[in-house]
Amino acid sequence: MSLNGSAYIVGAYEHPTRKADTQSVLRLHADVARGALADAGLSRDDIDGYFCAGDAPGLGTATVAEYLGLKLRHLDSTECGGSAPILHVAHAAAAIAAGRCNVALITLAGRPRAAMAEAQAKAKAAAVDGKPVRAPLALRPPDPDAPELAFELPYGPATQNLYAMVAQRHMHEFGTTSEQLAWIKVAASHHAQHNPNAMLREVVTVADVLGSPMVSHPLHRLDCCVMSDGGGALIVARPEIAKQLKRPLVVVRGTGEAPKHGMGGLVDLTYSAAAWSGPRAFAEAGVTPADIQYASLYDSFTITVLMQLEDLGFCKKGEGGRFVADGGLISGVGRLPFNTDGGGLCNNHPANRGGVTKVIEAVRQLRGEAHPAVQVPDCRLALASGIGGALASRHTAATLILERL
Amino acid sequence: MTRKIPAPRTLPETATYWLAADEGRLLVKRCSSCGQHHHYPRDICPHCLSETTEWRDAAGTGTVYAFSTMGQGDAAYTLALVTLDEGVTMMSNLVNVVGADPATFAIGQRVRVVFQPSDGGHAVPMFTPA
Repeated sequence: MSLNGSAYIVGAYEHPTRKADTQSVLRLHADVARGALADAGLSRDDIDGYFCAGDAPGLGTATVAEYLGLKLRHLDSTECGGSAPILHVAHAAAAIAAGRCNVALITLAGRPRAAMAEAQAKAKAAAVDGKPVRAPLALRPPDPDAPELAFELPYGPATQNLYAMVAQRHMHEFGTTSEQLAWIKVAASHHAQHNPNAMLREVVTVADVLGSPMVSHPLHRLDCCVMSDGGGALIVARPEIAKQLKRPLVVVRGTGEAPKHGMGGLVDLTYSAAAWSGPRAFAEAGVTPADIQYASLYDSFTITVLMQLEDLGFCKKGEGGRFVADGGLISGVGRLPFNTDGGGLCNNHPANRGGVTKVIEAVRQLRGEAHPAVQVPDCRLALASGIGGALASRHTAATLILERL
Repeated sequence: MTRKIPAPRTLPETATYWLAADEGRLLVKRCSSCGQHHHYPRDICPHCLSETTEWRDAAGTGTVYAFSTMGQGDAAYTLALVTLDEGVTMMSNLVNVVGADPATFAIGQRVRVVFQPSDGGHAVPMFTPA
C-alpha cells in the first residue's frame, strides 16, 4: 500500500523553552500537544490516535493519554531513538489509510539539561574533599539483557566517540576534511542567528569550529549538537479533515524506515541506514533528490548530516565534503538549504532527540512560515531525515517527503 | 586517573567467551552450517539463523578499522573497531602496553590482542600494536 497522499500534517508546534527547570516531562508533552492542536485548529477530542517514543515516561502511550485525557483507538510507541517522530508520521499515515484513526497526535519532549543541572548540584552537595561526584550523562541505565552490552560497555562507547569513528573512517576512505565538516556547523549557525529561541545564535566560522576543544578525535565541540530541553508535537490527519482546516495543506508523499546494526561483525561505517530508507521514500513519492527544495537532516553531529546527504542521494558517496563546503547548505547561498531553524547543532535537540524538530521546520518551510531570512521561495517539496541511535553501532533511519499543495 | 574498565555484564550465552578471556584466549563464534564467523557471539548464527555455532580460538591478530581518542591526560582512552583476521570486526580499545601514545595508532595498523583486568570482573580483550 502506498502512503503517498494518504495523510496530511495539519499541526506542528515546537516548545520555546530550552531549559525546563520547573516543568515536568509530561508537562512538556502536554504543552506541545496543546500547541499543535491550536496550530491545527483542532480540539483534544478530535484526537483518536497517539504516537510517542522512549522519551515519554512511565507506560508511554497510556501515561500520556492519562495526563492529557485522550480517548484513543490507535496507539504506537515505536522506539528508535531520535528518528522516532519522523517514522511516527509514516506510521500515522498508515494507520489513517487503514481506517484505524482519523487524527493522530505525535509528541516528543524531555528535560535532560535541567536534569543534568540537578544531578550536578546534587553531586556538588555530596562532594568529598571538594571533588564533586561526576554526574552521569546517560539518562537511563544500560539494559543488562542487551546481548551486545558486555561486548561494548567495557570499552567506553559514548555517543561522541561512536560518531567520531564514522567521521574518521569517512576521512580515510574519501579524503573528507575537518574543514568540510565544519561548514555544516557554519551553515546551521547562519540560520540560527534568525531564531530567537535557538541556544546558539552566534554565527561561527570554519576556524571557530576547528579552534573549539577536541571532544573525540576528529570531532570538535562545535561538531556536536546542543543539549536542550523542550520538545515538539505534530498532528497528522486524514485528507478530508485536513481540507476542512484553515492551514496550508502539507501532504505526506513518501516514507521510508530501516535499521542498521553490527551485521554480525561485517562492519562498514561508510554508509547509514538512510541508504535504505531514502530510496524507499523517493520511490513512494515519485520524486528524486534533485526535486527537493529544502531538507531537514538529523544533525546530532556534523558527520551525521554528511552521511545522510550521500546516503539519500543528494550527492555521490564520498562527495559530501565538497557538497557542504563553501556554504553549500546555507539558505539562499548553497545548493540545498538545510535545517533553517539552526537544527540540533545550534537551535534545539530536545530530550537528546532531534526528530520532531526536523519535521516541524520542514512544515514551516512548506507553509512559508520559516523566518524570512531563511525561507526558501515557494517551497513545495521538502524532506525530513532522521538517524536514531548511534551511526557506528546500531541506529534506525527514517525518511519523510512532504509536499505543499 | 586512568579509566576503570567496567566489568562485562555477562549472559549465560557467552560465559565461555569470558572464561577464556580470563585465560588469555580470544574466542570467536563460527557457524558450521554456513561457515561464517560472527561477533558479538551468540547461540544463533546472525548470517543464516542456524543454531550450530561453535567457539573457535581466534588468531588474536587483526587490523584497525577505525578509532577515536576521547578524554584528557591520563583519562584519555581510545575506542576502536578492530577487524580480526577471521574477518569479523569487534569493538575494543587500542592500548599501548608500554605507555600509551594515541598518536601512534593508525587505520590499517596491525594489532594483537592483550587482556586487561576489568573492575571486579572478567578480563577484557583489547588491542596493542603487533
